[in-house]
Order: sequence, then C-alpha cells, then structure tokens
Amino acid sequence: MEVLCLGLSHKTAPVEMRERFAIGDANVGEISALLVQSPAVREAVIVSTCNRVEFYAAADDSTVALRTVSDFIKEKCGHAPEAPTFIELKSAEGIRHLFRVVSGLESMVIGETEILGQVKKAYQSAQTAGATSRTLNKLFQRAFNVAKEVRTKTSITRGAVSVGSAAVELAEKIFGRLDSCNVMVLGAGETAEMTAKALQSRGAKAIFVSNRTYERAVSLAKMLGGRAVHFDQWEREFDAIDILIGSTGAPHAVVTNAKISPLMTRRQDRPLFCIDLAVPRDFEASVNDIEGVYLYDIDALQGIAEQSMQVRRQELVRCEEMIERHVTEFSRWLTTSHHGFGGTAGMQPEGAK
Amino acid sequence: MERAFLVTSTLCFLAGFAYAMYALGAKVRQHSRWNFVVMLAGFILQSGFLQLRSSAVGRCPLTNLFEVLVFLSWSVMLLYFVVGGTYRLSLLGMFTAPLVFLIQVVAQLLPVAMHAPVYKKSAGFWPELHAAISLVSYGAFALSCVAGVMFLVQERHLKRHTLNSFFQNLPPIANLAVAVQRLMLAGFALLTVGIVAGFFAGHAAAAIVVLAVCVWLPYGVLLIMRGTHRISSRRIAWLAVAAFTVALTTLGALSVLHISN
Repeated sequence: MEVLCLGLSHKTAPVEMRERFAIGDANVGEISALLVQSPAVREAVIVSTCNRVEFYAAADDSTVALRTVSDFIKEKCGHAPEAPTFIELKSAEGIRHLFRVVSGLESMVIGETEILGQVKKAYQSAQTAGATSRTLNKLFQRAFNVAKEVRTKTSITRGAVSVGSAAVELAEKIFGRLDSCNVMVLGAGETAEMTAKALQSRGAKAIFVSNRTYERAVSLAKMLGGRAVHFDQWEREFDAIDILIGSTGAPHAVVTNAKISPLMTRRQDRPLFCIDLAVPRDFEASVNDIEGVYLYDIDALQGIAEQSMQVRRQELVRCEEMIERHVTEFSRWLTTSHHGFGGTAGMQPEGAK
Repeated sequence: MERAFLVTSTLCFLAGFAYAMYALGAKVRQHSRWNFVVMLAGFILQSGFLQLRSSAVGRCPLTNLFEVLVFLSWSVMLLYFVVGGTYRLSLLGMFTAPLVFLIQVVAQLLPVAMHAPVYKKSAGFWPELHAAISLVSYGAFALSCVAGVMFLVQERHLKRHTLNSFFQNLPPIANLAVAVQRLMLAGFALLTVGIVAGFFAGHAAAAIVVLAVCVWLPYGVLLIMRGTHRISSRRIAWLAVAAFTVALTTLGALSVLHISN
C-alpha cells in the first residue's frame, strides 16, 4: 500500500486559483466516499481550507491512483489540476507533507494551530463517510500525535505573531482572564477595530468607542456590540476601563501624563493597559512611567510579533527532526504491514483510539 | 537516618531549582510536573526528618536554631503546596526552591546542627502550639515575599517590554498582586493565632510574644493600608520582601528566646 497526496496551497497558487478547487465542509466526506469508489483508490481524505485543497489517498499503485485522483478533480471542479500549481507527493513525501501540514509548518503563519482542527474535521468527515480504512486511519492518528508532540515539545506555537494577538497576550499577562475587562477604543482605525475584536474574542466584557466623528463611533460600536461615547467625554468612562486603545488621526498626543496621572489615583490600584496604534502616537511616552500603567505602541507590538515569528523559525529545525523520525517509523510500518509481516510493533500511534 | 533525609531533601530542592532554570532556558513548556514531583519528594523527606527528630527530642522539634530553620523551610513547602495549586502559580516552585534550599543549607552549616538531639520534657501544649503556628505563619510570609519578587520581576518585564521566556512563564501580574496580599493575610491570621497561644503559655513565653507582636504589627498595618487602597501593588510587593527580611532577622532572636524557654 502507498500513501499519496495531490493538492495545491497558498505556496503554489493564488486565492483565485485555490477557490476554483475549494470544496465546502459539508461535501468533503461525501466526495471522499465517491473517490474511493474508483478501483485505483482504496482510501481517501480531502482537506479543503482557505489556504489549501489537498487529496490524501491510499492505493496499491500510486502512479495509477494519482492519475485517477487528477481525473476525479477535473470532473468535479471543471479544471484540470496541473503542475506546478498542484503538487504530487508519494510515499514518504506524502506522509511528511501531512505531518508538516498538521504541525502548522506549511501554514501561512508558521505554527498556527487552526489547521489541526481543520484536518481533524476533514478526516472525521471522510471516516464517517466510510472513505478511510486501516492505512489512512493510522496515518491521520499518527499525524495528530505528531502535531501534539511538536506543539508541546517545541515553541513553534508560542508567542503572538500579529499586533492583535500580541495585544491579547499582553492583556492576559496583566489581567489574567479578560472577562472582567472593559476596553475603550479612541478613534476608529482598522487595526484598533481588529485589536478590539481580538480582545473581545478572548472574553473582554464591554467595548466603548470614542471618535471625533460621533457617527463613526456609533457605527464601530454597533459592529463590536459596544457603546459609543462622545470624544470630549471619554475621560468620564476612565474609571471603568482596563484597556485603552488609541487609534486617532490626531497630530499630537491625545492621552498625556498630566491627564492620566490624576485619573489613575481614582482607580484603586487597578492596572491600565494602553495600546497605542496611532501614528503620530496618541499617548505621551511618559504615560508608561505612571505606576500601574503599561504602554505599548505599534512598534513595540510589531516587535513582539516579529520576535515570536523569529522564535518559531528557529524552532523549525527541531520540528523537522521530530517529524522525520515519525515519517521513518510510519514508512517502515507501511512497508512491513503490507508485506504480510504484520510488523506493527512499536507503531501503535500514541493515544490512538 | 534523619540526617540522610534532610540532606536528600536539600538536594531535591536544589534539583527542583536547577530543573526549573533549565526548563526556562530550554523553553520547555511542561516543566511544572517535574518540578512538582521533585519538590514533593523534598517535602516528604523533610517531613520524615522532622518526624524522626520529634521522636528523638520528645516534643515539637524546635529545640535549637537548626531545627527552627528546618521547620521554617517545611512550613514554606507546606504552604507552597496549598497555595501553589490554588493560584496555579506553577513558577512559585521555581522561586521557592532556592529559598528553601538556602534555609536548609544555612541550617546544616550551623555548629548546633552537628549536636546529637537532646531529649527535653515538653514545655506544654500552649508554648508548643505558639511556636509551631508562628513558624508556619513565617512560611506564609516567606511565600508572600516570593510572590512579591515574582510580581516585581513581571512588572519590570512589562514596563521595559522585555518579553523573554521568563516573562512567558510568569503568571499574570494581577494574580501575583492578589497572591501577595492573600499570603500576607494568611500569615497574619496564623501569627495572630500563634500570639494568642503565646498569651496562654504564660510568662515563660512573654518575651517571645513581644517579639512576635513586633512582626505582627507591621504586617497588620500593611494589610490595612492595602485593604483601604492606600498602597499600590508594586509597593506592597516591595514591602512584602522587606517585611520578610526583617521577620527573618527577628527569627534568630525569637529562637534564642524560645530555646531558653
């Protein structure tokens, strides 16, 4: 039995190309089941996300199976899969690729973990539809264990790699849980909106939006499920807020040390996290000198994101070493188990159900 | 046998500290389990030592400064296991290990550590309760000092934007502020019980009670100021470190007075 993979990803194809071959979540199981009706393909799993569409299969003859899968794609999508947009990977190469994909090494943002859930879902759909059997079951179970090992034994998923996630990470390092934190956005910039959304997704309690153009504040507040505040009245809400995001287009600092210092004395020692996303900056740098205030500007947040990305890049070698060990073991099992030796010793995937 | 228990427990705390430092440097995320196991082994061995010592001296093993220091480090560990889990402050172990290691090394370097245990008649229930509870309260103050150090380290990282592996592993600053305050409160409550027990002990323990009150009062003032928000988390963290340092220095005097009683 051989394992093969035919697919395209953000590395080989632009989004216009990827969307032509994309398969909806609801259909992947059914289409996987259709694919295994072909005599050349024994088992199949289709992974279709915004960044990749990949067909994994187990077959007796990979060359024949690749041709079959290719014809199948052409029939279903109306476009022929062609190199170099589509990559063809056989045996160890295909196994390695899957292990890299689930570990986040092939993702646009190295180390992201969303892909693991997406592959798990794709596998479950194929399994439910009866499109998988011994080989792909073992392969995917092993892949999930590889992803777990890579995630826990290296720093590949560690740290924030975007301004929004860096802000969330810092907020959690200051407040712990964010479900009792109130956020105020000064201005209505796009990055501020994304950062507020990121904080909201981690449980931030309430969002206040204050903008010179009140209507814009109302519109953003509505989008975020928050409350609009007149720009000349934002200080009245100061006692209630824990995170203050600056994103105005003002040519001078809106939040000064002289303004914040007296307000901080009323807060009964509650810390204040200030996120300055504006250029020119909205916060005076000396605001960071006030006790209990933690100020991060856009450069600081981008620096954190870049630092995390660098750490992840450095971890690639360790991840690849781990993956290579699993590829060798799985390839050995694949060879021996299908030659009648039944050599599964030492191959039971850790935690396999 | 008892000496072997103590030496091994000291090595356990050294190992716990060394492993935590290695885990931080190597950016290993799941280090707390190992740290916990090593610290637990150290605590069990400490308990074994105190049990054997107690049988040998025929009372709570607080008959000399060596025993007092070992009992103090045991109290720190006891509270670490109670509090560390409650607040999920896994890294508390990393900071606690060197403190306990240091206390036990100092204890074993004392000339009196070499003396064979001497059987003494029990001073009675109240004096022994006073001494034991007061020392456990010192354990809580020690941990509030440890949490205070963690707070100051984390605060420095946040202010200076140095978000290294150490920062990643430290708990949120708000949790640390709460931990400092609650540990101080726990220590204060225990010391209050210890002082009350000291009053029942009669005048044999009068001088000790006076010294204990000298430690109890500043902590009480700190807690009132904290409760009324007149002092910031940062200052309370500094004062937790300073107060424990002062409390530790009075411990020598306390133990001399206690032993003489």
